[in-house]
Amino acid sequence: MERLLILTQLTLHEARRRRILLAALVCGAAFVALFAIGFYFVNRDLARQARLPLAQRRLMLNFFLMAGLYGANFLTIMTAVLLPVDTLSGEIASGVMQTLAAKPVRRAEIVLGKWLGHALVLAGYLALVTGGVLLVGWAIGGVTPPHVARGLPLMLLEGLVLLTLSIAGGASLGTITNGVTVFGLYGLAFVGSWTEQIGTMAGNPTARALGTAASLVMPSESLWQLAAWHMQPPLMRELQLTPFSPASVPNGAMVAWAAGYVVATLLLGLLRFQRRGL
Amino acid sequence: MSDLVIETRGLRKEFGDTVALAELSLSVRRGQVFGFLGPNGAGKTTSLKLLLGLLRPTAGTGRVLGAPLGDRPTRARLGFLPEHFRFQDWLTARELLCVHGRLLGMRGAALEARIETLLERVDLLDAAGRPLRAYSKGMLQRAGLAQALLNEPELVFLDEPTSGLDPLGRRMVRDVIGELRAQGTSVFLNSHLLGEVEATCDHVAFVKDGRVIRELSLAGQPETVEVELRVEPVSASLLEGLARFGRDLSHRDGVIRLRVDGEESLPVMARWLVERGARLYEMRSARRSLEAVFLELMGDDARPG
Repeated sequence: MERLLILTQLTLHEARRRRILLAALVCGAAFVALFAIGFYFVNRDLARQARLPLAQRRLMLNFFLMAGLYGANFLTIMTAVLLPVDTLSGEIASGVMQTLAAKPVRRAEIVLGKWLGHALVLAGYLALVTGGVLLVGWAIGGVTPPHVARGLPLMLLEGLVLLTLSIAGGASLGTITNGVTVFGLYGLAFVGSWTEQIGTMAGNPTARALGTAASLVMPSESLWQLAAWHMQPPLMRELQLTPFSPASVPNGAMVAWAAGYVVATLLLGLLRFQRRGL
Repeated sequence: MSDLVIETRGLRKEFGDTVALAELSLSVRRGQVFGFLGPNGAGKTTSLKLLLGLLRPTAGTGRVLGAPLGDRPTRARLGFLPEHFRFQDWLTARELLCVHGRLLGMRGAALEARIETLLERVDLLDAAGRPLRAYSKGMLQRAGLAQALLNEPELVFLDEPTSGLDPLGRRMVRDVIGELRAQGTSVFLNSHLLGEVEATCDHVAFVKDGRVIRELSLAGQPETVEVELRVEPVSASLLEGLARFGRDLSHRDGVIRLRVDGEESLPVMARWLVERGARLYEMRSARRSLEAVFLELMGDDARPG
């Protein structure tokens, strides 16, 4: 356990020393700043429209806020895949891993230590960008989405699904192949989720089943759909006027599946790394 | 406590259809500086990785410091400098040693003192606060050597430790190996540089095509000396008599060549020739270098790696 935490510390130190944290901080701040400027002008124009009912104004601001959270979610996904994509494969290829693995450390401790370090960086990043977006909505427009405490953990779980795949893939695949594979799976989930939504709206059970199957293969997009569903006002959910209002709402079983998916993927990565020659 | 720090029997490693190591059977005694020699692709690095548990053998068994290969607690008693040592180049040398020391279970003031001692020993004290990416190849190799010695290991694996070092750096490595020997530490040295091996090792094993083809003791044994003689007349009985002084005797173009163990036999041989009435025109001797042994063992089919 102690050696696991040493490797977690090393991963956090790496993120700081290689300016990964700085880059994330600067880009995240730029994203939030841009969102804040846009939100300010939209809010100002809506406020000037005297005949616009307050409820409609709030709905429009909520929609914009969901767009901001969608952007934050997308950035978190990119970070989740790219941050650890070479942490195992890169160190194996460069030979750094030989020196580490020759120490009295379990290979599982290496993988788990790195996973934990990267997960902490990812959680911090998610808190930064989503916190920024929520702060902008509250401070400028006076709007706060409902059930943020349910939505944000789901977004974090989505990030962890991708982060875990990216780390576990590195135990078997080269860096580029790993990155392409994880993004490919994310694309599959994205298309699958939309197939499910449109299939539901069109009343086509085949399309819906196809989408559900894709979500089982890769549950990331379902988690976002559920997070978005939680973080919208009930009226927005019911009207299904925006792309963030799912017609087919993923249920708790999908969350359990995603959590199990993380654990199973991590275990597979551990086993593969355990058996791999270095 | 066993006298053997490494003991392997029939160790074999295959990667798919490729046999990287056919059959490694060797024994390394405690306190020995053991040279492992062979051309590129002979299986040296594969052998070393098997001994450290970085690779799993396809067949065969082995023990390191009395424990099965790859045993985790035993790794705390080993040191390892890989070939082309690479680290997290965003760390400073002091941070690198600190991380590896902690992974070895070292702590606090003892670790700090050990780090300072080693930084001074490998002449990196001045540069210890700089990131490793700013280091030259030689400096990196020296940082790697310090890393391999952190835990005062009982057995150190050095894979091409002088690679990338200038003559002063090579001298330093030789001195460090000498100090390790004096402390009773066993050293397993993979190297292409036969002069380095000859200067530092007690015992060498030659590996070719994934097998140990010969072992040679360099310490406490008389040196092999190659002797060339021009004698007249040469008869069958003279050649038979000379053969008793050494081995591998040949007679070609009027020159007799043979190998003897140590120079002490040379005056005895000269006296024997003179006493039996032979005219001795020339007697030349030369110590047989490790390189000559290496080239002979690797044979004409060996190609540059």
